Amino acid sequence: MYRLEIDNLHVAYGGVQALRGVSLRVAEGETVMVTGPNGAGKSTLMKALAGIVKPQTGRIRLGGRDTTGQSAERVAAAGLSMVPEGRHVFGSMSVLENLRVASGQRRDRSQVEADLDYLLDVFPVLKERTHAQAGLLSGGQQQMLVIARALMTAPTLLAIDEPSLGLAPKITDQVYESLQTMQAQRQLSLLIVEQSSARVVMTGARMVMLRSGQVVLEGPARRLGAKAIQAAYFGV
Amino acid sequence: MTSVLQYLFDVLSLGSLYALAALGIALIFGVMRLVNFAWGDVIAFSAFSLIVPTTDAMTTLAIGALPAPLLVVLVLLIGAALSIGMELLVFRRLRHANAATTMVAAFAVGTVVVNVLLMMHSSRPKAIDLWSGLNAPLDLWGARVPALQLVTIVVAGLLLAGLVWMLRRTRIGLEMRAAAEDFDMARMLGVRANQVILVAFGLSGALAAAVGLLMLTKTGVADIRMGGSMMLVAFVATVIGGLGSLCGAVLAGFLMGLVSTSLQAWLPMDVRPFRDALLYLAVIVLLVLRPGGLFVTSAATQRV
Repeated sequence: MYRLEIDNLHVAYGGVQALRGVSLRVAEGETVMVTGPNGAGKSTLMKALAGIVKPQTGRIRLGGRDTTGQSAERVAAAGLSMVPEGRHVFGSMSVLENLRVASGQRRDRSQVEADLDYLLDVFPVLKERTHAQAGLLSGGQQQMLVIARALMTAPTLLAIDEPSLGLAPKITDQVYESLQTMQAQRQLSLLIVEQSSARVVMTGARMVMLRSGQVVLEGPARRLGAKAIQAAYFGV
Repeated sequence: MTSVLQYLFDVLSLGSLYALAALGIALIFGVMRLVNFAWGDVIAFSAFSLIVPTTDAMTTLAIGALPAPLLVVLVLLIGAALSIGMELLVFRRLRHANAATTMVAAFAVGTVVVNVLLMMHSSRPKAIDLWSGLNAPLDLWGARVPALQLVTIVVAGLLLAGLVWMLRRTRIGLEMRAAAEDFDMARMLGVRANQVILVAFGLSGALAAAVGLLMLTKTGVADIRMGGSMMLVAFVATVIGGLGSLCGAVLAGFLMGLVSTSLQAWLPMDVRPFRDALLYLAVIVLLVLRPGGLFVTSAATQRV
């Protein structure tokens, strides 16, 4: 059973073809890393997935449900939580309000409170600052906040676009550590866009490499080896 | 001392009226980046809903004859309904259109509303006697203050407090604030876009009706173009306040009231007719110096 099935996805922005027939599967509890050079279509893939950009052709299914071309809030209700590139915290709202706004479609009230407590335990830096304005947090704290917030929708698939962007390596380690912890505890599937191929190899997850809007390499990062990855990355 | 008090009441009453108007624009702009230029016409429509439609010079009260609480509720509902109707019939269909298209559409919607009023009530201004007793001055610590000024301040205060409470303490308020900051992000977290936008239009329309009632009580005249100047003030106040900032819009509304009243009080008699020109000159200077608006805080801008 796949949490996410993408078949032959095509997306264009005003004449520029950003994705040309991308297919991708994410199984239950699996981690898939999407990598590739700038302009490969990684962020476009994430936007199409989240319902922000409408695909031309192709199909997206979440947990067996067809969500192709549906609105972002429908996609969220179908179990996908997206952390887009660039840390979109609601800056004038408090940390707690940022977390609370994400549970609007949930009816399991007591579980919402339990999740809130759980996430504040996983991210102690947020617990210390629940009433601080989110816009005043440091970059690393904001990254933790958007991940915690994304989990407040109780997703089955968490998609993150460049969690390490602009973060110190040590902070990135922390982010990945907490992701792994939560994945193990909640049978979460992860789809992560990661620019750094070193980081991809380090996690040992299955890797999908995009270049010019197409999948050019796919497989477990360790088995593919650094050489093949580099070759595919630069297209030589 | 008494003149200071008088001045203060003038500033507060005009400022709170402007603040309500600015909120009417800012609420919608915040969630969907649309300046609803038809908003001023909701003011006129709400005011005219008090009387029986006729082209006669004589006016007959319709809703206007009802007891005050019922009257207020009905007129606010009419304002909200008209505003929501605009969203459902026009703006919802233009959700993915570009900003210029929706702006032109907003002007078109306003023109339609004005012409509907024109057909129903003719173009002549109608005298409507609504709580005119409130214009009688009260003696407050030596200052002569029309009761309506106090009513305006209290009403605005209550509406602002109610809105703040809603935005801070309720689910839909939380979602509106999130949507105002980053609409796409809010949707990705499951915030239902159409619901938030509908509430924003409803509140905005109710605010227009409230402003309309306050204007009508003061002047006693309903005119199909009565919303125009208020629309301009509201729009300018939201720009000064930093487009998208509700708090900024309210503060800028009060600031406009302060500057306008001060110009009125201190300008030499010969220059007073040009008060608005000077006011908007100040606005231009302000925007040249701070194009992002006056009240944009560092926390509202993204950290990258």
